[in-house]
Amino acid sequence: MKLLNIIYNGLVRENPTFVLLLGMCPTLGTTGSAITGMSMGLATMAVLICSNMSVSAVRRIVPAAVRIPVYIVLIATFVSALQMLMAAYLPALNATLGIFIPLIVVNCILLGRAEAFASRNGVIASAADGIGIGLGFTVALTLLGACREFLGTGKVFGFEIYPETYGSLIFVLAPGAFIVLGLLMAVFKHFSTR
Amino acid sequence: MLEYISIIITAIFVNNIVFAQFLGICPFLGVSKKLSSATGMGAAVAFVMVIATLVTWLLQHFLLDPFGMGYMQTIVFILVIAALVQVLEIIMKKVTPALYQALGVFLPLITTNCAVLGVAILVVQKDFSLLMSLVYAAATAAGFALALWLFAGIREQLELVDVPRPMRGAPIALICAGLLAMAFMGFSGISF
Repeated sequence: MKLLNIIYNGLVRENPTFVLLLGMCPTLGTTGSAITGMSMGLATMAVLICSNMSVSAVRRIVPAAVRIPVYIVLIATFVSALQMLMAAYLPALNATLGIFIPLIVVNCILLGRAEAFASRNGVIASAADGIGIGLGFTVALTLLGACREFLGTGKVFGFEIYPETYGSLIFVLAPGAFIVLGLLMAVFKHFSTR
Repeated sequence: MLEYISIIITAIFVNNIVFAQFLGICPFLGVSKKLSSATGMGAAVAFVMVIATLVTWLLQHFLLDPFGMGYMQTIVFILVIAALVQVLEIIMKKVTPALYQALGVFLPLITTNCAVLGVAILVVQKDFSLLMSLVYAAATAAGFALALWLFAGIREQLELVDVPRPMRGAPIALICAGLLAMAFMGFSGISF
């Protein structure tokens, strides 16, 4: 029950995108379509679960003074592993996400959760936190990607809803990322503060 | 020569790091409430970006490439940037206290600024020479400072405007950034 609570916390109450405003670069940069947004979310979630568990496992051994560099090295290790796995098995996706895969390393969500949660809780709870926050991030990215894809090209996950000629391309391009995220955030805020 | 001019114009306007490449969004949203702090952040990023690009370029070409350790790139670069920021902070505190007073608070934030790591990786991917990389880093930093400065000016005005309640804060700021990005799209016709 407690684990479900942690997951719910990451998904809604501390949603990294809409509430904490963390990890904005991949949020804006990889959500041209629902499928790329979801892939980026899942990739980040995989690294987050691994880094949370390993940070939690070494939390009693690492001296407080050098903990941040240690966390960064742990995160960077998992990111490099993910980078190599994706280059080997999912080369097309790797090319689409491009520079945003190595940049998971500087995603504030990872270091933030390591510092705020994993360094104070057990391995299982930290894994649950990774799943919750990762899911929150994935849902936000998928939603943003789906909205942009729908408004821009008339498709959602590649399925045509209305003809592409009626879509406004601006939503797939850079300005649309900022505008759609701003509107989604306002909607989230409206419903959560009522 | 034309090559360098093309790199500079492209990095500042056409492929602006914030509006077209979506790097460095966190400081762009976080430190843009006041014009003075935006200027400080812009200068600090420019400083670190050029030095970090210099060091990581040398490491990539004289350490990682000859020994076939390309897969260590992410780990090495992030550690070098983190260490570099710390060292710069210590040196600036001793040598130029005035500059440290102005930029000091922004320096620790730069470690997790993805624009710095992004540029370091991009110049390796684009296979630039050392001089080209440095020009690219400086121009990108100028583009970042320009974006931050413009945005801070808008946000200072935004404070005085009556915005609908759910849109206050981040949402309206993001929409303004979107409009700015639209303006920057006008540059995309420029090519050499």
